[in-house]
Amino acid sequence: MLKIENLHAEIGGKEILKGLSLELGAGEVHAIMGPNGAGKSTLSYVLGGRPGYEVTAGSVTFKGEDLLAMDPHERAAAGFFLGFQYPVEIPGVSNVQFLREALNSQRRERGEQPLTGGEFLKLAKEKAALLKLDMEMLKRPVNVGFSGGEKKRNEMVQMGILDPMLAVLDETDSGLDIDALKVVGEGINAIMRKPEKAVLLITHYQRLLDYVKPDHVHILAAGRIVKSGGPELALQLEEEGYDEVMAA
Amino acid sequence: MSYMPTIHDEEWRYADFDALETVPEAQVTGWSEIAVAPGEVLARSFVLDGATPDVQRLRVTLGEGARAEIFAVNVASAYARLEIEVTLAPKAHFEFGGVLIGGGDVTREFVTRTLHAEPEATSNQTVRAVHWGTASGNYLGRIDVARHAQKTDAAQDFKGLLLEKGASANAKPELEIFADDVKCAHGATVGQLDEMARYYMASRGIAPDVAKHLLIRAFLADALAALEDEAEQERLFDHALAALEQAA
Ligand SMILES: Nc1ncnc2c1ncn2[C@@H]1O[C@H](COP(=O)(O)OP(=O)(O)O)[C@@H](O)[C@H]1O
Ligand SMILES: [Mg+2]
Repeated sequence: MLKIENLHAEIGGKEILKGLSLELGAGEVHAIMGPNGAGKSTLSYVLGGRPGYEVTAGSVTFKGEDLLAMDPHERAAAGFFLGFQYPVEIPGVSNVQFLREALNSQRRERGEQPLTGGEFLKLAKEKAALLKLDMEMLKRPVNVGFSGGEKKRNEMVQMGILDPMLAVLDETDSGLDIDALKVVGEGINAIMRKPEKAVLLITHYQRLLDYVKPDHVHILAAGRIVKSGGPELALQLEEEGYDEVMAA
Repeated sequence: MSYMPTIHDEEWRYADFDALETVPEAQVTGWSEIAVAPGEVLARSFVLDGATPDVQRLRVTLGEGARAEIFAVNVASAYARLEIEVTLAPKAHFEFGGVLIGGGDVTREFVTRTLHAEPEATSNQTVRAVHWGTASGNYLGRIDVARHAQKTDAAQDFKGLLLEKGASANAKPELEIFADDVKCAHGATVGQLDEMARYYMASRGIAPDVAKHLLIRAFLADALAALEDEAEQERLFDHALAALEQAA
């Protein structure tokens, strides 16, 4: 599904990713954990094609295609989804308008028929209910006035509507209380736990992994994957901390 | 009485004098005048979309409790200026919403002069300017509050959006307030398109030109929000957004 090889990337001339390699197969959930400043968000933005994040070496293939050669909106249409650590506010553009435009843009790009207003609203209602987000909130401008937790749930509503093949979720769990964490965890499972899909969860905490069970756990430090293992690695990190586990 | 303006006239300081020379003097110095009877409503919209320099001047006198609701879109491809002067009787209201939009090497401007001559009148001006190329968008908004015009409530808001480096926006609010019990709010900001919002939209599959269109429509919306006639509002939006098709 996703193959990252020896990825080097810089922001403003400063190298952040320093030879990162990682492979995700269909049907898998991988978790990336790592200390603050390790480059986790940088990795997610590089995969999402954010301007200013420059790849200087290495390659990324997504379903056999060169992901880095695609524009950000083409990556979305190809089935790539990025859940933002800090979802962006867009005053004056409603969630409904934004998401309908997004979904239909993707469908057109893939040569599919756009959804009608009615079809879209039905889909949006279903996904909002799944994430327990009030449908009224989807009529308001994108993320404007949303609490931290509402923004994260809105990211997952968007993921539900757009139905991607691969989701990279950057600290989707931060800012969520215990109840919201459960809703979001179950939402991720419902939307993404399918044999043809894959998820890369970026997180600091074990707690999201109690709901969305990873097949593989990686530690990212100083721009590289320094250790990989099974779910037990996350538990070990929780108990011993990064320094100890990385030294071992 | 009438004289041709010069660069030393405050209200003409940003005008394009080369273009102005080609406009008939009567048009530059004359007024079309309308008196609105007490309690009556004057609803007017202007679309300035000419290819030759144009100056239009409207002078309105509002009777007690009368309203002037004036909306304008200036998309001209040559120098174009709309001037509106309104004198308010007690409890009258003057609403102005204006959009200045376009590229080229063109100056587009609105001038309003709001004369709160009597108590308890209200006024509101909202102007949005979007420019590219080497175009400039100007708004000169003067508010005079006479000594006995207590309980005046006047508001003025200008926002400029520059899509390219060579474009400019000038706002010149001018308040002359002689009464003490008045509310006078004004704001003026100039900025660029929000890059993070554009990227967020792209990450969801929206192509860059569509994202730009949505963001600019949202930016302009405040200027036409007070226009209750939805068909007329849509017509003005269409004029404004059609100009955008020519943008780089
Ligand atoms: N816009 C930027 N300009 C320069 N350096 C940045 C920028 N964004 C992030 N960095 C740096 O990149 C490194 C990795 O940051 P980030 O990817 O956000 O880490 P993480 O998500 O793992 O906490 C940090 O040292 C951070 O200071
Ligand atoms: Mg981060």
